[in-house]
Amino acid sequence: MTRELTGASRREFLTAASASGLVISFAVASKAEAQAGGLSRINAYVQVAPDGWVTITNKNPEIGQGIKTMLPMLIAEELDIPWEKVRIDQADSDPAVYGRQFAGGSMATPLHWEDHRRVGAVARAMLIQAAAQAWNCPAGECTTTAGVVLHKASNRKATYASLATQCAGITPPDPKTLPLKDPRDYKIIGQAKVQYDTPKIVTGQPLFGIDVVRPGMLFAAYEKAPVFGARVASADLAAAQKVKGVRKAFVVEGDPKAVQPQPGQIGGGLLPGVAVVADTWWAAKKGRDQLRTSWQEHPTSAQSSAAFAAKARELSTAKPQRTPRNDGDVDAALKSAAKTVEAAYAYPFISHATLEPQNCTAEWKDGKLEIWAPTQNPEPGRQLCAKTLGIKPEDITIHMTRCGGGFGRRLANDYMVEAAWIAREAGAPVKLLWTREDDMRHDIYRPGGFHYFRGGLDAAGNLVAFHDHFVSFGEGTGFAPSAGMGPTEYPARFVPNFRIDVSTMPLGVPTGPLRAPGSNALAFVFQSFIDEMAHAAGADPLAFQLKLLGDKPTVGEAPALYGAGRMAGVLKAVGEMSGWANRSKLPKGEGMGVACYYSHLGYFAEVCHVAVAADGAVKVKKVWVAADVGRQIINPHGAMNQVQGSVLDGLSEALHQKITIENGAAVEGNFDSYPLMRINEAPPVEVKWVITDNNPTGLGEPALPPAIPALTNAIFAATGKRIRSLPIDPAMLKT
Amino acid sequence: MAYKLNVNGKVHQADVDPDTPLLWTLRDTLGILGPKYGCGIAQCGACTVHVDGQPIRSCVTPVSAVTGRITTIEGVGASAVGKKVQAAWTELDVAQCGYCQPGQIMSATALLTSNPKPTDADIDAAMSGNICRCATYTRIRAAIKRASGQKEA
Ligand code: FES
Ligand code: FES
Repeated sequence: MTRELTGASRREFLTAASASGLVISFAVASKAEAQAGGLSRINAYVQVAPDGWVTITNKNPEIGQGIKTMLPMLIAEELDIPWEKVRIDQADSDPAVYGRQFAGGSMATPLHWEDHRRVGAVARAMLIQAAAQAWNCPAGECTTTAGVVLHKASNRKATYASLATQCAGITPPDPKTLPLKDPRDYKIIGQAKVQYDTPKIVTGQPLFGIDVVRPGMLFAAYEKAPVFGARVASADLAAAQKVKGVRKAFVVEGDPKAVQPQPGQIGGGLLPGVAVVADTWWAAKKGRDQLRTSWQEHPTSAQSSAAFAAKARELSTAKPQRTPRNDGDVDAALKSAAKTVEAAYAYPFISHATLEPQNCTAEWKDGKLEIWAPTQNPEPGRQLCAKTLGIKPEDITIHMTRCGGGFGRRLANDYMVEAAWIAREAGAPVKLLWTREDDMRHDIYRPGGFHYFRGGLDAAGNLVAFHDHFVSFGEGTGFAPSAGMGPTEYPARFVPNFRIDVSTMPLGVPTGPLRAPGSNALAFVFQSFIDEMAHAAGADPLAFQLKLLGDKPTVGEAPALYGAGRMAGVLKAVGEMSGWANRSKLPKGEGMGVACYYSHLGYFAEVCHVAVAADGAVKVKKVWVAADVGRQIINPHGAMNQVQGSVLDGLSEALHQKITIENGAAVEGNFDSYPLMRINEAPPVEVKWVITDNNPTGLGEPALPPAIPALTNAIFAATGKRIRSLPIDPAMLKT
Repeated sequence: MAYKLNVNGKVHQADVDPDTPLLWTLRDTLGILGPKYGCGIAQCGACTVHVDGQPIRSCVTPVSAVTGRITTIEGVGASAVGKKVQAAWTELDVAQCGYCQPGQIMSATALLTSNPKPTDADIDAAMSGNICRCATYTRIRAAIKRASGQKEA
């Protein structure tokens, strides 16, 4: 889990930041340093062993998105080594060497598609240079194959292993000057590669944060107020301390305001609570059960989901607080429309529920803090710990463990700062583990939201007016985290009269990004309402979507560019693969729905086939996905897994998931009250890659958003009943 | 209380309270970290181990109630079926984050040991106690089919 070159690595490399802000680090170490442990380090990412194995460092957190395998594939390809000879090492958090290290926004592919190939190309060029020097021939005459440098003219060859020791004296070339492989010559990129950790996963080897063990380690449980940020009024510390195995129980003052993120942070910080530290986690939990903690009154303790819904209705008819977009004249266009439709949509708060609950191990030694964390976002964690504990950021070492799921939850580091604080108080290495209930009741939730739509069609069935009064959460002119919507939300720019109004309500519940933030809710409401308009127009919903997209290939400029042509491409593809044209032949009670959505630079169209039983039970029979993420799928194995998982994740949200706020706190606490999709509900998901000549983009998120409206639109096709509120209520679908 | 536990063919001593769940005895006292904690209330299956070949949820099984031989993900490869299941899981690369997979593999091995050619309905029945938050269900089904020598559909 720890890397041989942690900490010290910072000093061993010069960092070259390219114009794009991407960072590639190159060895300038002395020969001795570069060859520590018998391995020759060529740059921050590549080490060659005497036996020919090459160790490639993965810079980003692995949360199940397969990055630990995919990023090294890019390096290995241009380094020109056989994948079978690659070992992968997980980097610690060290931005001076690796730049920003995070798992979020499906950004690793667009950010590193180019620079990671260049890392490999630079190392290869240095190995070639070493050979050319040894052979006294021009480097340009040398080629490589499978970890060997060749000089055809003199019929000489040398393995990378034999050359690597010479690289310490070679100045790395400017990466931008190096040619990259013709994609037709790829041997690794585009091939299905099994995740590097898979053999360890299937044999149960310790990989995750929860598996970290330190000598002399104690275990901690931490109890916080159900109402976010409430202070401890009283706790029976003595009773907890009486439990066998409990070493210490103490109140943590914390910061009641740490519910909301500080600048640069996602999620909150150290909230008030009571810590129990023990020899085993079970003892810590039993101790905690004796605390009978009571909490101080808190200003948000009256908030509830029911009250939010009532308030949203009230706000929807009042004057909006602001109008971020107003094209044409919506009110006039609605008045003169041939047909108008009005609909109110809502979606609930939902939880991330990573299967590995939040946890972290922290250890203090000589005023320095060492952390092992399943985090998606280590650097803000370092800053949070430094600030909260009053120590220097450079006195903190963060090791990134494999994460048992992320989905955005681990972009926050609240559990990290809790572990650090408790470990310092305990005077021992401490593993803090949240219970499932802690995890579900102290999430940064996907915020609920409300949309009040009006739409208008002209006599030819064109969508000519579109109005959304969006009632969300926030104060002043800002939205609560992840509760916002931009002014270019589709179909903005595609409808001549288009207005977005916004009103917000204050919120005491912490919110934050959940896989495809914003999009995971907005796709549902917008794509459902577009489907409503299609049916009102008496049109085929897929044809209606194509007509709405128009025939311009793109609309707007980056970063708000919308590739209408790419979206039309995936819509047509999904129509073909799903047999959309024959859907009228489906039996009674069955239907197909279509939806499309652009997010995280990916274009996705999906068709869902459902059967709805007389009792209202919804069975998803199949989902088809057409995906345009550019010209190259890097690891088809991982890519397929991400898309299938995202689609099922979306269906799971739509069918089941809801966090209810009552008395300022989350009601649901475990999988009995907050069910997730299980295998018996999981339909097959067929995926087609629509290849277009665009740079490859990420797949952690963009397949999720359209899955939800594809399902609800299919339910409409099957039953004539429109789902306007999530999760889907089968009682509403009874016949 | 000292309990003698036979785990993966080796006898261990654990000095814990009788109400300590087997999961925490394995993880924190014996250092056997393969079984995972996901819910603590027999809802997710991440903690699944075998006692005399039967899958149980170790998070709700007090150590004092365990009498048989315990097999965990670390030891399941010793049986021919377990080995086949692990191989299928690897070939199809079922895992995303991998956190649920020890439990999935334990449930799948128990299924295939008692029912070498399960139908889709059998798979649904035997595996629906195991949540995969990453939703790798398509591949879990395919891997069970593969391990049982059936068409992967
Ligand atoms: S941890 Fe035992 S079933 Fe979830
Ligand atoms: S692979 Fe992540 S929970 Fe199953």
